[in-house]
Amino acid sequence: MNEPSHVRVRLAAIRQLSLMRLRLFLREPGAVFWTFGFPLLLSLVLGIAFRNRPAEPVVVAVEAPSEVPLARAERAYAILAAAQDVEVKRLAPLDAATALRTGKVSLVVVPTVAGYTYRFDPTRPESRLARAVTDDLLQRGEGRVDPVASASRVVTEPGTRYIDFLVPGLIGLGLMSTGLWGIAFSLAEMRTKKLLKRLMATPMRRSDFLLSFLVVRAFTLLFELPPLLVFTRFVFDVRIQGSIALLVAVAMLGGLTFAVIGLLLASRAENPQVVSGFINAVSFPMYLCSGVFFSSSRFPEPIQPLLRLLPLTALNDALRAVMIDGASLAMVARPMLVCAGWGGVAFVLALRLFKWR
Amino acid sequence: MAEPELSVRCKGLVKRYGDVTAVDGLDLEVRAGECFGLLGPNGAGKTTTVEILEGLVEPTAGTVEILGRRWETDEGWLRARLGVSLQETFLSDRLTVLEIVTLFRSFYARGRNVADAIALVALGEKLHARYGTLSGGQKQRLAVACALVGDPRLLFLDEPTTGLDPQSRRMLWDVVLAFKRDGGSVVLTTHYMDEAQRLCDRVGVVDHGKMIALGTPQELIDSLGGNQIVEVSVAEPAGETPEQLAKALADLAEALKTAAGVQNARPQNGRVVLTVTELHVALPAVLQELQARRVALTNLSTHQATLEDVFVTLTGRALRE
Repeated sequence: MNEPSHVRVRLAAIRQLSLMRLRLFLREPGAVFWTFGFPLLLSLVLGIAFRNRPAEPVVVAVEAPSEVPLARAERAYAILAAAQDVEVKRLAPLDAATALRTGKVSLVVVPTVAGYTYRFDPTRPESRLARAVTDDLLQRGEGRVDPVASASRVVTEPGTRYIDFLVPGLIGLGLMSTGLWGIAFSLAEMRTKKLLKRLMATPMRRSDFLLSFLVVRAFTLLFELPPLLVFTRFVFDVRIQGSIALLVAVAMLGGLTFAVIGLLLASRAENPQVVSGFINAVSFPMYLCSGVFFSSSRFPEPIQPLLRLLPLTALNDALRAVMIDGASLAMVARPMLVCAGWGGVAFVLALRLFKWR
Repeated sequence: MAEPELSVRCKGLVKRYGDVTAVDGLDLEVRAGECFGLLGPNGAGKTTTVEILEGLVEPTAGTVEILGRRWETDEGWLRARLGVSLQETFLSDRLTVLEIVTLFRSFYARGRNVADAIALVALGEKLHARYGTLSGGQKQRLAVACALVGDPRLLFLDEPTTGLDPQSRRMLWDVVLAFKRDGGSVVLTTHYMDEAQRLCDRVGVVDHGKMIALGTPQELIDSLGGNQIVEVSVAEPAGETPEQLAKALADLAEALKTAAGVQNARPQNGRVVLTVTELHVALPAVLQELQARRVALTNLSTHQATLEDVFVTLTGRALRE
């Protein structure tokens, strides 16, 4: 009997299983949008919302008193009105108090016989800034001489903007979402629909089945990165400082890690609802804590080591290091190892726990 | 390689899920080239039994041999030689008939040509139709195509025609009969008696996880003692309690047993059901007896005995209850 070789049968099976996954993905408009369109939309919205604006002026009020310090009030108004980064109003005492309370002005200048009194709330950062700026202007306007000369040099280089910080975070977020939802959800659905059981009744090898998920994940990933990178390059001038090959390698590692975590989450769940709960429980903390939208270093120091061990934190750190700092492989080895560690542990657990029937 | 004489042999099969015993010491032998039907109502343990035989469920106790081999040692060998259609499988709505059968074909080293398998179940015109657009009958036929594409020697069909229209059922029957003609063995479960009578060489009646009768359809019908069934309904005297009515019906059945040509009689669902050999002898005798007892007849019907009657006689319940 002339049987095709074992290897050829397996390759054909993996090919067909992968084609199935790919067809199911491409024929689900929702999935395509969430994978390809959503990151673009999010980067556009957030890029516009947090675009770098010119420095905002300090808003202050000068109380217009009825009596003696009228001349001083006029002088203060003139000095502040002449300054570039100050917006100044003349208000009656009652109106000034209201404006300060409601945040319409950051500071009220009260002229006195001896000089000025500043009324402000020191817990409001913009008020503290207003006090420093106003006092500096008024003192100088009244004739203060600075002991030494000082100059400023303004910096707005690509790489320091919010959008530069955001794009690697969005890539990481996309890799996590697509990995967890795309894989765990469809596996749970296959189990609910008894398709998994039906496949188990064929000579199909389990490893081929799982492998096909990873193959398709790696394949779609190649098409997932370019749109976001090209889009943000042209719209926001977001550049990749490091090597593109390394960026792809990091993204591939991250994408596969989350794909394997997706396998693990779906390894026992009987239906898509249970899996949704798992995915939310796993991904929500990382949404907030892994530095997608803001740096994870804002969280208290004691939990920092913990945060750095989360797979998405590690992935985002590595992506940012490559994109913003132009890091080399050696420099991102640590977060990549953290990612790979998660992937390895999840894979072993998934194989042990997976309920096939 | 010599074909084993038995396609399926299992002994003392038990499956418990917690406190529930789904299969309770079941023995079963299916001969090579035979179509064997497992009959029983829903929840009788048919599906669990078949899924144990398919190697998808582990039995709590008992031994299973399929084509002379065991699941523990020869899973790969067996999988390549078995075709399975589960009771419920929802293939992916967004895949086409051709894509699905091609996928299943790819798992087998040897098998049928994909187009042949699809033609076998008369889905050639639906090659590029998505699964989601198929009718129930077409979906079921596709499931059978997936079971046949590996060119199996033993085919398991779990309620292949449940819920299908008559035309789709007949079409599937033809597929099964053709498979058998080519020397394949079939194990199918059904609760349609006509299906079992049409397709099966032998049937086993399963209830509460046990085999309660086994034989060819004709043997089982013959076991009733007569091949005609007479159902008698009588007027119920007003004002009697349900207990009194039941007693009256039981008495009537007892009396009718002695009528000429009547082999058996028992009350069932407010009627008396008689098994008779010769209708022309039994009917006058029955009518005479009713008249003698001054019982008013409200309905009388007769039909050829079927496996349905066998099941009702064995269990006191109708199959699809």
